[in-house]
Amino acid sequence: MALDKATVARIATLARIRVTAEELDHLAGELSQIITWIEQLDEVDTAGVEPMASAVHQSLPMRDDVVDDGFCRDRILANAPQQANGFFVVPKVVE
Amino acid sequence: MTSLTGLTLEGARDGLRRKDFSAREMTAAHLAAMDAARTLNAFICETPERALEMAAASDARLARGEGLALDGLPIAIKDLFCTENVATTAASRILEGFKPPYESTVTANLWRAGAVMLGKTNLDEFAMGSANVTSAFGKVENPWRRRGDNRPLVPGGSSGGSAAAVAARAALAATGTDTGGSIRQPASFCGIVGLKPTYGRCSRWGIVAFASSLDQAGPMARTVRDAAIMLQAMAGHDPRDSTSAPVPVPDFAAACGASVRGLKIGIPREYRIDGMDPAIEALWQRGIAWLKDAGAEPVEVALPLTRHALPAYYIIAPAEASANLARYDGVRFGLRVPGESLDAMYEATRAAGFGAEVKRRILIGTYVLSAGYYDAYYLKAQKVRALIARDFDEAWRQCDAILTPTAPSAAFAIGEKMDDPVAMYLNDVFTVPASLAGLPAISVPAGLSADGLPLGLQVIGRGFDEATVLSLAAALEDAAAFAHLPGLVAGDAA
Repeated sequence: MALDKATVARIATLARIRVTAEELDHLAGELSQIITWIEQLDEVDTAGVEPMASAVHQSLPMRDDVVDDGFCRDRILANAPQQANGFFVVPKVVE
Repeated sequence: MTSLTGLTLEGARDGLRRKDFSAREMTAAHLAAMDAARTLNAFICETPERALEMAAASDARLARGEGLALDGLPIAIKDLFCTENVATTAASRILEGFKPPYESTVTANLWRAGAVMLGKTNLDEFAMGSANVTSAFGKVENPWRRRGDNRPLVPGGSSGGSAAAVAARAALAATGTDTGGSIRQPASFCGIVGLKPTYGRCSRWGIVAFASSLDQAGPMARTVRDAAIMLQAMAGHDPRDSTSAPVPVPDFAAACGASVRGLKIGIPREYRIDGMDPAIEALWQRGIAWLKDAGAEPVEVALPLTRHALPAYYIIAPAEASANLARYDGVRFGLRVPGESLDAMYEATRAAGFGAEVKRRILIGTYVLSAGYYDAYYLKAQKVRALIARDFDEAWRQCDAILTPTAPSAAFAIGEKMDDPVAMYLNDVFTVPASLAGLPAISVPAGLSADGLPLGLQVIGRGFDEATVLSLAAALEDAAAFAHLPGLVAGDAA
């Protein structure tokens, strides 16, 4: 299926990636080519097949409910582009 | 004295224990080789001071007769492994300035075994690529050249810097990660050994995530035994990775000498594809004959879903990537590009921080997971994945391991296959099926193409049966006696 520019613009917004008008042109072409190629999977009969999400054949392990890590706020904040008073700082979200 | 950079990991280990040379001498020789190999652009970050400190600590232990499994052995780390206080980039601008406050489990295991870190190797951005041309830190060159043609070639990807460094004798071995072929394909292109272990064998904790149900760390080295020795130190259960397997780690080096007599080797006819280099088909036939001579028995097996593995992979991997890469938002680490609102800041940051291939994959992933398309694409791909795993399960009733070529071509020139993403994806046609099924697989250098470039053969095994994979790989290695050297040997190879 071909993806039009409006569809690409919509998924770019969902993915929070700004794309320019020129980028939209070639992205629509490239993504359409990839999706068309992927659609050969339609030939495979998957009726009654359970989807496989993981190659691990065990249930998720549980750990004891105890604190075993933490108290490293400053080390975590050290990588923040902007921080103040022990918090990450972002543009204003509440008017 | 023998050249220090030309030794195998095993030979260097033994020489250090015999005190033929010191860990500091060994490290200094590799630092000089890294300098001589700089044109390859194999490293994003070199850590010479740390390397010499670690080597001094190794010398002290070795002097006391307390040498560890990898003590004093200089290795390179793919820059996808978080290393404490050492910049970790995933070859992306979006991680600009990021210094992890923690160490990945695999690298911590290696340092605990005494290994010496030379630096962080270049890769395709977020490990997305098959040619190491998508790195924000520039392309990596393959140390090999075609005979009579001086154009620079790609090293393969995504672990291209690791493969180039090991092939050029700038590191004794290196770590790689493999999501759809990122260890095995560059190993094939650079004439070295690359092993993707069973999913769950090595902890993923602290490795920058690409596609979490597929990502797996593994060793890249110049011999099968070296890969086994290195995997021994990397592997093991880690409670911090819930998909890490709580199973014992066998003696991998011992497996390398094990007899392959009586083993049944599956030969899947579906791996014979149109347009494949005839030298690769011929090499595959030689590989079958070599294993037969060693006492193994080739059997035809069917893996009918093979040609559907690649399109399934290119739904599943981008879908998982689009979720994993949502964390790069300019808030907690890495690049931030200011914006009027929070959303504008996210969009500007991600537009500036991600390269073209990463954006393509995030957009594909977002599309196949979006409302109305989830069942048609994502769920469909997961069902095809189940059938691919079932194909292998059927094959294991008839054989103990499977032999195939690693890649459909030898290394190509930088700039080739760049205009067509699908043509680039086809590099992984032989490696992706084992990734989807979570199976261990190795690439062993086995011969040369008509124009003198290395070609690898792949052995795929049952889950957690790296031992059989290694024993067959060692048999292939013995028979192939691959002793060719790349055009650029930075250290002394002798």
